[in-house]
Amino acid sequence: MKKIIAMLLALVMVFALCACGDSKAPEETPSDADSQAPAEEGGAKDLKVGFIFLHDENSTYDLNFINAAKSACAALGFTEDQFIFRTNIPEGQECYDAACELADAGCSIIFADSFGHEDFMIQAAKEFPEVQFCHSTGVKAHTEGLANYHNAFASIYEGRYLAGIAAGMKLNEMIEAGEFTAEEAKLGYVGAFTYAEVVSGYTSFFLGARSVCPTVTMDVTFTGSWYDETAEKEAANKLIEGGCKLISQHADSMGAPTACETAGVPNVSYNGSTLDACPNTFIVSSRIDWAPYYIYVINAVMNDEEIAADWTGTLATGSVVLTNVNEKAAAKGTVEAISEAKAKLESGELHVFDTATFTVDGKAVDSYLADVDSDAKFEHDTEAIADGYFHESEHRAAPYFDLQIDGINLLDTKF
Amino acid sequence: MNKENRGPLVHIVKRGSIPWYTGWLIRGSAIVLALIVCALVTTLLTGENPIQIYAAMFKGAFGTPRKIWILLQNLSILLCIALALTPAFKMRFWNIGGEGQVLIGGLASAACMILLGDKVPNWALICIMVAASIGAGALWAVIPGFFKAKWNTNETLFTLMMNYVAIQLVAFFVILWEVPKGAGKIGIINQSTQAGWLPQIGSYKYLLNIIIVALITIGMYVYLNYSKHGYEISVVGESERTARYVGIKVEKVIIRTMLLSGAICGIAGLLLVGGTDHTITTTIAGGRGYTAIMVAWLAKFNPITMIFASLLLVFLSRGATEISTIFGLNHSFADILTGIILFFIIGSEFFINYKLSFRKSAKKEAEA
Repeated sequence: MKKIIAMLLALVMVFALCACGDSKAPEETPSDADSQAPAEEGGAKDLKVGFIFLHDENSTYDLNFINAAKSACAALGFTEDQFIFRTNIPEGQECYDAACELADAGCSIIFADSFGHEDFMIQAAKEFPEVQFCHSTGVKAHTEGLANYHNAFASIYEGRYLAGIAAGMKLNEMIEAGEFTAEEAKLGYVGAFTYAEVVSGYTSFFLGARSVCPTVTMDVTFTGSWYDETAEKEAANKLIEGGCKLISQHADSMGAPTACETAGVPNVSYNGSTLDACPNTFIVSSRIDWAPYYIYVINAVMNDEEIAADWTGTLATGSVVLTNVNEKAAAKGTVEAISEAKAKLESGELHVFDTATFTVDGKAVDSYLADVDSDAKFEHDTEAIADGYFHESEHRAAPYFDLQIDGINLLDTKF
Repeated sequence: MNKENRGPLVHIVKRGSIPWYTGWLIRGSAIVLALIVCALVTTLLTGENPIQIYAAMFKGAFGTPRKIWILLQNLSILLCIALALTPAFKMRFWNIGGEGQVLIGGLASAACMILLGDKVPNWALICIMVAASIGAGALWAVIPGFFKAKWNTNETLFTLMMNYVAIQLVAFFVILWEVPKGAGKIGIINQSTQAGWLPQIGSYKYLLNIIIVALITIGMYVYLNYSKHGYEISVVGESERTARYVGIKVEKVIIRTMLLSGAICGIAGLLLVGGTDHTITTTIAGGRGYTAIMVAWLAKFNPITMIFASLLLVFLSRGATEISTIFGLNHSFADILTGIILFFIIGSEFFINYKLSFRKSAKKEAEA
């Protein structure tokens, strides 16, 4: 018994020592802060910014936002105490609570990154009129009439189109190598929901591919979730079994890219490079770089300028970007073809949704009312086609192209 | 030492009754030990200072008036579900279906808000919502209750499966009512008209929920300890045969208790959908249907103790969120700390019920 008591005592003393040793640490931290203080003067006054993220860096979607937030803060010379990141905030009352807590903590601008955060951001915006609430991917700011609530998106369909060119060129290369005939050239696409953002994305990707590989068709399937690794993997496998020669996706897990790597099928990714996990099959990825938007908003607040209710990032603002092309998997000349098309898009010579390049039910489309003002009635309220092309992300930043064009085959539409 | 006398080094002996302060001493030292282990884990894995981490947890839970309100709101929902499960558990009916009963109650509220939002006056809408969510929750619980009473089916599996049915139903209706089309989200229901939103007391958003759950807590305490029903529940729980022998209709008690259990879960769903979130998602209950089981057990089915058990769990989760924000640690790290603390607290119950006898004392007894 004595031995055990002695042992226990010894253990307690060790614990106590550790605890005491640790308690000295706080003295170091303030001195760190002091050393950073001078930098603050050069930076952006005493402005504080809050960021709300749906998940943490394990989601490719949120990682893209987190990286953008970090680079924006670094570019503006912010110190550690000038920004607060809140990760894993669900799309419910928690978002409202988090936004209000950030406002309480002195943030003048609060960003949120997920579509479902929108209504809760609006609730908070009504309560804190002096704080700017900026919501990425939302659709309501242009109709809500709140001076301190703003939406943003980017013309990512242009990025998808460019990525589509890379996909089409890869198909051409495989046809030339005799792997399959031109008629068998089929893309596969794993989507999350039948939401306009996804429809706009896969259609522009397809049009990009068809601009270089005219015989291509595409199968699309939906998982019913923005993040479901298993479902996305299974969906990709289903498409590959169905004869798809190249896969792309609009969902946030590594499910589809890893399925492609396993099956040896080339993949065009989204949200960021998957090169590390898929060295043999990753071709290129389009993504939205949110840093330009963050910098724009923060600068606007610092200079007391108005923030646009609905901001669209473009190729020109640096919001729509492509990762480096993986030369190992991509076809020869991909980089040149992409930069050529990019220049044409920027000059306005080329339009992604040029009505001459697609048909719906066999007919050319010369007029289409899009559902731009979001409400429960799904009213199609705004004429989107003019000057021979569909004006995507111009009447509102968030995508609203939801036409089902010929050549794309939806395997299921239940979500 | 005599070799034949050599028993195991330690053996476990059931304690008789121990004075309350000994019990609390054991619990207290368990928490202190848990904090020390957490401190070690923190320092070893992250290099952060554990004292600062604990300070951050307190700040995260109690730092501002808003944080305290959020804490109380979360506490009241968790407590409400735990209270709902308690009568069933006391009856030895393992109702694992809290999650589903809350969801289905919430779904009923949301359905009323969406379908009747602009058709009936607000007071009538709220009355219908209350009835619908209580009814839906009760129905979800009484189905397994009825099967248990009639055919003695396994209630653990049955209630668990009812959770999945409820989740899929919610998923289905979310797609049906989504705004805008294809978004897979309902968003805030009736955001402009606020139809079906439970009234707000003064400027306190969460006060109504807190008051309602406080009333349920007192009601449940009285019901379990001072009513005939409560007594019948404990008799059925202790021994079904005894209950039958003394003339208690066991089937009736099971069905009645499950109706009550489900009804209170339905209220939790109502408070979530009508009171705070004003939307419905498959994750709105957020696993609290399961966490509530732990609350009920930690509190040994005493509604008053449950307040403290819920407070502890909500404090840990709110504190955990703050840690991940301030120190830039992954949320999983905060979950590790919560896990360690819960492990020690649950473990301490073992030392309250049992004591360890070491070999030496046995030898002394032999000598004496």
